[in-house]
Amino acid sequence: MAQARNRTKPLGLLAELTHRCPLGCPYCSNPLTLERREDELDTATWARVCLEAAELGVLQVHLSGGEPGSRRDLVEIAASARRAGLYTNLITSGVGITARTMRDLWEAGLDHVQLSIQDSDAVSADHIAGYKGAFQRKHALATEAVRLGLMLTINFVVHRANVDRIIEMVDLALALKASRIEIAHVQYYGWALKNRSALMPTREQVDRAVTSVEDLRRKHQGRIVIDAVLPDYHARFPKPCVGGWGRRSLNVTPSGKVLPCHAAESIPDLEFWNVRDRSLADIWASSPAFNAFRGTAYLPEPCTSCERREIDFGGCRCQAFLLTGDGRATDPVCHLSPDHDLVAKAAEIHTDAPYHYRR
Amino acid sequence: MADDFTIAPGAKPRLPRGVRLTHSEAQGGWVLLAPERIFKADAIAFEILRRCTGEATFDALVDDLARTFDAPRERIHADVTKLLAGLAEKKLLEL
Repeated sequence: MAQARNRTKPLGLLAELTHRCPLGCPYCSNPLTLERREDELDTATWARVCLEAAELGVLQVHLSGGEPGSRRDLVEIAASARRAGLYTNLITSGVGITARTMRDLWEAGLDHVQLSIQDSDAVSADHIAGYKGAFQRKHALATEAVRLGLMLTINFVVHRANVDRIIEMVDLALALKASRIEIAHVQYYGWALKNRSALMPTREQVDRAVTSVEDLRRKHQGRIVIDAVLPDYHARFPKPCVGGWGRRSLNVTPSGKVLPCHAAESIPDLEFWNVRDRSLADIWASSPAFNAFRGTAYLPEPCTSCERREIDFGGCRCQAFLLTGDGRATDPVCHLSPDHDLVAKAAEIHTDAPYHYRR
Repeated sequence: MADDFTIAPGAKPRLPRGVRLTHSEAQGGWVLLAPERIFKADAIAFEILRRCTGEATFDALVDDLARTFDAPRERIHADVTKLLAGLAEKKLLEL
């Protein structure tokens, strides 16, 4: 295992430029304790991180947040990423990015825009986002991006309140001239875990959604690419989270901490290194957090003797910890996990409680 | 799908903005970068893709490759159609 440790090179960098965001989505992937504006990295440090990432072999950078448009230097950061040779993707809520900024980003060489929309229905979308008028502004941003000739992906996070409208979501993405749509079932970490019973779809909804996506793919083949993130609480096997811990991607938080995945801070006692103190290459190779779960040697049974060990790497470390209290455990999403009951039971709990909005 | 896909001889294949061919030392070769996707491009794919600039017609592109690699035109035609049809279906190529 030690040999394999440094062999893989990261392909993707998730750059969380800020945790600030005008929206309050109850499934936000940011941690419950948000980092403060005054702790955010400055423009020059992000430029250095982009350069170091490219040197390390990273090919794509995802400028994300929070809402990356909350930073005044977003265009400068995007330009640095592009100068470093990185494929530069903007992940935005569409609120806080003006038509002018969009044009500046286009000029800076932005490669792709990924826009989140909370529902195909405007009233429901604004309710889920906790922001009146968000839906309308997203529409305007999508139009502007396409007018500039940028490729557009629309991302819909689906859950009990909106999962029955997948057909309408695809129609909306087509109307907005997106080339790609992501239908992503909620993943239960951070805010989403806090809102789990309010978000959890029923088994019938999940089954209908899966069939619906297959039908829509056939129907719209060649017109739009439909990617789906499966609902793992209803799956038999866990997802190969981030393509394996410390294998393919890294995540830099607004204050410069480098994480193997965006939820990694939910596992206590991991030691994260910071780009303010060390180079990205050093962190990738030697940071204790990255080496904590590299490879598969630490996995217990049923993983040890499982033929899927090198396919899903025992699933998600954060989920293992959040549900069992042990980050080394088999992800309880797996039907072979001794703790699978925890997931099966949670998937049956549906409470129509008001959302805890991310604030 | 890709099997019955035909490309008009006068079509001018072009990689749209947001799809880029780039060399990666870490990956040891050429890669095609696209939204949430990275494809490794082998030597043949690279030769095809670098000609997709929106200037050359599909016919001219096939002729050029057949000449450059001294290969049967029908064979090149089939290979290029397969690659480009697959990309067009994924919205990663304009025809």
